[in-house]
Amino acid sequence: MISLTRNPIDYHALTEQVRRGNCGAVVVFLGTVRDLTGDRVTAALDYEAYPGMAEKKMAEIEAETCRRWSVGEIVLEHRLGRLEVGEVSVAVAVSCPHRAQAFEACRYAIDRLKELVPIWKKENWADGSTEWVHPGV
Amino acid sequence: MKVLLFARARDLAGSGELEIELATDATVADLRRALGARYPRLAPLLDRCAIAVDQEFAVDQTPLSPAAVVALLPPVSGG
Repeated sequence: MISLTRNPIDYHALTEQVRRGNCGAVVVFLGTVRDLTGDRVTAALDYEAYPGMAEKKMAEIEAETCRRWSVGEIVLEHRLGRLEVGEVSVAVAVSCPHRAQAFEACRYAIDRLKELVPIWKKENWADGSTEWVHPGV
Repeated sequence: MKVLLFARARDLAGSGELEIELATDATVADLRRALGARYPRLAPLLDRCAIAVDQEFAVDQTPLSPAAVVALLPPVSGG
């Protein structure tokens, strides 16, 4: 299951959603807003997405992950809008029969999300300036 | 042809949606050139941007139909 939301991510609910009787492992990754980047202080982040394509790519990642590992259930949820330091921007929850698979599958899904999904964050620095984050630019 | 822009590309172009005129047999490469020429402030970012055609990542040779929905996607930073 994949989704985009403008509400706080209920990672407890997502964890419950993936639990399965035939899975001995559940791994949950949370991406959270960090306060420092080098010596620059973040006040808040703004996340935006290309609607439609973002969900499409998240669904592809869900399918790829299920093809490569024995996945009981997987959920990917990304939050959009303004987030303060400490808030959860993204959650990936995976259940697998065994923990090695669960760790690998979860890692793969978040790594792919960060490479592929058309979502962007804008830094709102503590000094009042703002900057879109575009790796490599 | 309609082009959607996001993040810094939108800021530089001044709009999240642009209209651009292209030949009927235009490719994505033609679109890149046309965008750079018409919106010079976009030019430094353009090489780093991916282009999506109908919500799929395209390559320079991808042909563009007049009805295609095209988007200019700067390097992503989700997650």
